[in-house]
Amino acid sequence: MGNEFTETGKIILSTGRDVFPVIVLILFFQLLILRQPILHKKRVAFGFLFCILGLALFLIGLDKALFPVGKMMAEQLSAPAFIFGSKSNTAEPVWWAYGWIYLFGGLIGFSTTIAEPALMAVAMKAEEVSRGSIKQWGLRIAVAVGVAGGIILGIFRIITGTPLLIYFAAGYFIVILQTIFAPRYIIPLAYDTGGVTTSTVTVPLVAALGLGLSSTIPGRNVALDGFGLVAFASVFPIITVLAYIQCAHWLDQRRT
Amino acid sequence: MGSLIWKKAKKILRDLAPIILVIVFFQVFILQQPVPHLGQVLFGVVMVAIGLGLFLEGLEMGLFPIGESMAGAFARKGSVFWLMTFGFFLGFSTTIAEPALIAISGEAAEVAAEAGLITRSIEGQTEYAMGIRLTVAVAVGLAVGLGILRILLGWPLHYLIIGGYGIVILMTFLAPNEIIGIAYDSGGVTTSTVTVPLVTAFGVGLATTIRHRNPLLHGFGLIALASLLPIIFVLAFGIILFDR
Repeated sequence: MGNEFTETGKIILSTGRDVFPVIVLILFFQLLILRQPILHKKRVAFGFLFCILGLALFLIGLDKALFPVGKMMAEQLSAPAFIFGSKSNTAEPVWWAYGWIYLFGGLIGFSTTIAEPALMAVAMKAEEVSRGSIKQWGLRIAVAVGVAGGIILGIFRIITGTPLLIYFAAGYFIVILQTIFAPRYIIPLAYDTGGVTTSTVTVPLVAALGLGLSSTIPGRNVALDGFGLVAFASVFPIITVLAYIQCAHWLDQRRT
Repeated sequence: MGSLIWKKAKKILRDLAPIILVIVFFQVFILQQPVPHLGQVLFGVVMVAIGLGLFLEGLEMGLFPIGESMAGAFARKGSVFWLMTFGFFLGFSTTIAEPALIAISGEAAEVAAEAGLITRSIEGQTEYAMGIRLTVAVAVGLAVGLGILRILLGWPLHYLIIGGYGIVILMTFLAPNEIIGIAYDSGGVTTSTVTVPLVTAFGVGLATTIRHRNPLLHGFGLIALASLLPIIFVLAFGIILFDR
């Protein structure tokens, strides 16, 4: 039990250490450059404390609950015994022999994105700034669908061993096309969601899946093929968010 | 008070329900195994829920207001130099110590050593990993600075982003294979859970304060630039270091 406590303390400390430079920076600029007192000092200080403590608890919980189970499942689902069955037929398998992995990757991508705190923050701001015309849940679901699609395609890439650049270039070609037709006001927000999706919750699970897969499949190099899933998860949300807003925009116009 | 907490708890439960359902479904129906250490897992889920609740509360009390009020104060002060300096250090300082970046740069050094691009020694690998970390942190700092300049001048974001990704695709042809995956991933890992709300609130606050700027059209976009510039910088790092 003592061990548990030191571990908990360590995570809280390391979260504090991550936030510390930000606090120093803010205080330095607020007091020496801007020379103005911080409004509602107590409330803001508590806010920061809540954020650090909340994030630490969140990470501890993930470490205890989701990561071990999720990683173990990623390993089991990508293990040769599960994919190829009991007969040890390890000849180059066809890409659709991995049905459960696609489903698992997609669902994990979707559900971890829904639980991503940074995305909640951006969605809250987006709803506030757009005066409610962009809905928090609509945006989050659109992003989550994008992450799911991105991961499924990323798994397909690892299995087939095709180069990253092809998918990346195709993805951006679609984004450029959508940008031309999308309503102006949504573009910056859609681009932002690409960077937001991949943080605390999604990356560790998805990375475990990528590394497990690339070590199971014959002819794949863990170092070269294991990377890149994160990049997929940041391109596709841009596409789905632009599509979501485009549809909402059309529906709005039809109604009026 | 009680009903308020219940309302918030229900919201958080809805945020976490999908992931719990997915794990239970696969564990019970596909892998057909009981969940190991069930007590510990349940305890972890409760921690996640409480942590998420605290974090969201802290956002509204601390991070959002301070980001917005500082943006307003900077705009009233009217010094572009200090504004961009602040932006640079905000990006740099939150990135250099980012755990995900430390992890990925260590792996990158491992890959490079394996491919024979750098000497296989603790010293050489540490230096290489530090090089990647510094490259990414400087890139994020410059990205936030550039993003602030964009808000001030009202440039449309999409030319910057589309042009930037064009550069990424061109540079990919020149860069050594071992750095490409890491460069692409480095764009995603840089934006952490504390940075995102702060930077977003700052951008929106700035666009709200400055006249003729629309918070939706100009306030967002800082994160997008902060995920683009590291890719370019890490690719350049690889090209300069290895293609002689």
